Amino acid sequence: MRLRTGVTLMLTAGLMVVAGCGSDDAGQAGGDRTLTIAYQKFGNFVHADNHFIRVKDEFEAVHEDVTVELVPIEAAQNDYFTKLALMHGSESTAPDVMYEDTFMIKSDVDAGYLLPLDEYLDEWDEWDQFFDNAKVAGAGDDGSIYGIPMGTDTRALWYNTELFEQAGIPLPWEPATWEDLLDTARTIQRELPDVVPLNVYSGKPMGEASAMQGFQMLLYGTEDRLYDEETQTWIVGSQGFTDSLEFVQTIFDEGLAPTPQQALDSNMGSTVGAQWLPEGELAIALDGSWLSGVWLETGERAWPEWNDVMAQAPMPTQHGQEPGAVSMSGGWTLAIGAQTKEPELAWEFVKLSLDQPNSLSYNKAASQIAVREDVAEDPEYVEANPSFEFFSGIVDVTHFRPATSDYPQISNEIQVAMESVMTGQQAPDEAAAVYDEAVERIVGADRITGAR
Amino acid sequence: MAVTRGAAPAAGPDQRSRRSRGRGPGARPGHPFGRTFTRILPLAPAVVLLGLFMAGPVVWSFYGSFTDAALTGAAARESTWVGLDNYTGLFSDPNFPKSVWLTIVFVVASAIVGQNILGLALAMLMRSANRVVRSVVGTLVVTAWVLPEIVAAFAAYAFFHADGTLNNVFGLVGLDGTNWLYDLPMLAVILANVWRGTAFSMMVYSAALTAVPPDVTEAATMDGASGPKRLVYITLPMIRRSISTNFMLTTLQTLSVFTLIYVMTAGGPGTDSSTLPILAYQEAFSFGRVGYGTAIATIMLLIGAVFSVIYIRMLKPEVD
Repeated sequence: MRLRTGVTLMLTAGLMVVAGCGSDDAGQAGGDRTLTIAYQKFGNFVHADNHFIRVKDEFEAVHEDVTVELVPIEAAQNDYFTKLALMHGSESTAPDVMYEDTFMIKSDVDAGYLLPLDEYLDEWDEWDQFFDNAKVAGAGDDGSIYGIPMGTDTRALWYNTELFEQAGIPLPWEPATWEDLLDTARTIQRELPDVVPLNVYSGKPMGEASAMQGFQMLLYGTEDRLYDEETQTWIVGSQGFTDSLEFVQTIFDEGLAPTPQQALDSNMGSTVGAQWLPEGELAIALDGSWLSGVWLETGERAWPEWNDVMAQAPMPTQHGQEPGAVSMSGGWTLAIGAQTKEPELAWEFVKLSLDQPNSLSYNKAASQIAVREDVAEDPEYVEANPSFEFFSGIVDVTHFRPATSDYPQISNEIQVAMESVMTGQQAPDEAAAVYDEAVERIVGADRITGAR
Repeated sequence: MAVTRGAAPAAGPDQRSRRSRGRGPGARPGHPFGRTFTRILPLAPAVVLLGLFMAGPVVWSFYGSFTDAALTGAAARESTWVGLDNYTGLFSDPNFPKSVWLTIVFVVASAIVGQNILGLALAMLMRSANRVVRSVVGTLVVTAWVLPEIVAAFAAYAFFHADGTLNNVFGLVGLDGTNWLYDLPMLAVILANVWRGTAFSMMVYSAALTAVPPDVTEAATMDGASGPKRLVYITLPMIRRSISTNFMLTTLQTLSVFTLIYVMTAGGPGTDSSTLPILAYQEAFSFGRVGYGTAIATIMLLIGAVFSVIYIRMLKPEVD
């Protein structure tokens, strides 16, 4: 066949051209063993970067033939997960160790990105130091453990006592219902027109922060939930969902929140922590326990007076129903890539990163709630940050996000619903209906139920 | 993409051409195929590269749009064939028709109307301008075209931002500007794209206008044709080819504009400026639904193809 000869010739010629621009990987083989560590470094969040720079030195001092290559990914949260997923797409770029959010673990296990750690944990005597609920934070659907938690967190209202005094609001402030919270925000709007009364993260650019710090802190204070653990179905058409969106609509419509344009900036998280709160431009922030990490000496914006100015109040339930307050907990883990060529070495690195002294220093710097008993009881930890006591105290009203591999996709749909409401494109009930359709598309009609 | 009939016609029997000395395999003496083959052999590397880097991704993305490929979850390990699910999902998704509409508005307003009319007007005005004016205006217009896209996008962002140049200028003359990127996102990106792309059209039309023979225009003037009449009956028909070529180029360029919109509004607020490229990016890379994103990209390809066919038909020589 002539055609075949032609094609062969073409291919040969083509290959000669392509060979000219082929890369030369030979330089990397042999010699030193390398470990790549991928983690997020974005805005105020430099704690992981600082932590791994230190652990890298420690690790290389012990393992002289190993080079630890740090890959700080400068991206907002959604983009960080995308970048990680793309890195896993090829064996040559897949990270050996990665900083992984607990809510992504099940999904990434399904994707085949993560290595089960059970055999290593069996031989790790320090695993007993981890609290029981922290141990399962990194579990996959199959019950194996894929991620070792670095710390956990809770969420509540941070408020600026100086601004409250100026606005004539009595302290300490303890809102009992959503309406109390809104009334306080309205008072601030009236008395201090230049100040943003309340910030609740919302919309797609802030990613998971919108879905968790924003939406679920509201939803879990209603009678409804996202997911029914018993029947393992997603709840659609619930009143609580619409009410939560209505709250979002209220604060943006009445101007109690930042302008939608400010809120839809992917740097919003940094702006709140490093600029608005320290400079007295924002009165109330629905935010995380880690927020004070920005203001410590080790943080991006040292603010020595932070503890005198800022106070915390638990997020109230919708109408003050039991238990009266609500919080959400998440946290990040260290996981090992399934494609790693050095699983033993990667495990050694994870162990070193999360031993007692390193966990302690990370939990202090990043203002994390400790997940190791020997850290939580360490006087150095307890005294490190005056806000730890409050945030550890609301653990008994805390909720966890649905632990399913569908959750990340559902979270995206929540962010879409929030954004269409805050920008006035849809009314809360319309946005909720769009969300319901999307959930059905994602999980299938047999895995949804109407609200109880 | 326009497909041209590029195969060289086989040499006629009456043409006696010298046979190449080095006969390629499969080239049989006296057989026309052998000679043709030797002639097109130098094209082979280019064809292979095009196949690898152009056709390959296009075919892959077309295939991918029928799967549930994703960045995470079980579908990331192994994507499955889902048939037309992505497409049916698209057509029931309220964002999609809106996005198609925004894309068409963006292309029509910024490329077909904005860039072409402004480009033609500038080109005609520059012909009658003196040299100083010509070089100043030319430099100003071309600058926007020369800037790398990301730089131009940031410049436009800084210009239209709530505290940006435009509102500051308005403030100086005592007017209140609006929050352009938030209240009128489509207008802002359309104006930015007109600013950025007009130079290209202007240069194409400048070249075309110099080819219009002056004696025809003069004759028309003698016959008493006014300026607008001369434009409609003489100039435009004479540069018809350039017009449709330019239509095609600007349309296809504008259809795939991503950086400009992404930097200025990121498709927001909500989905108010999410044209198809932005929507495809969001679905594939923010939400990890690669299959769904490639389905959107495939639709974009079709829209581009439809425009191309229309313009190619316009290019067909008419019998005058």
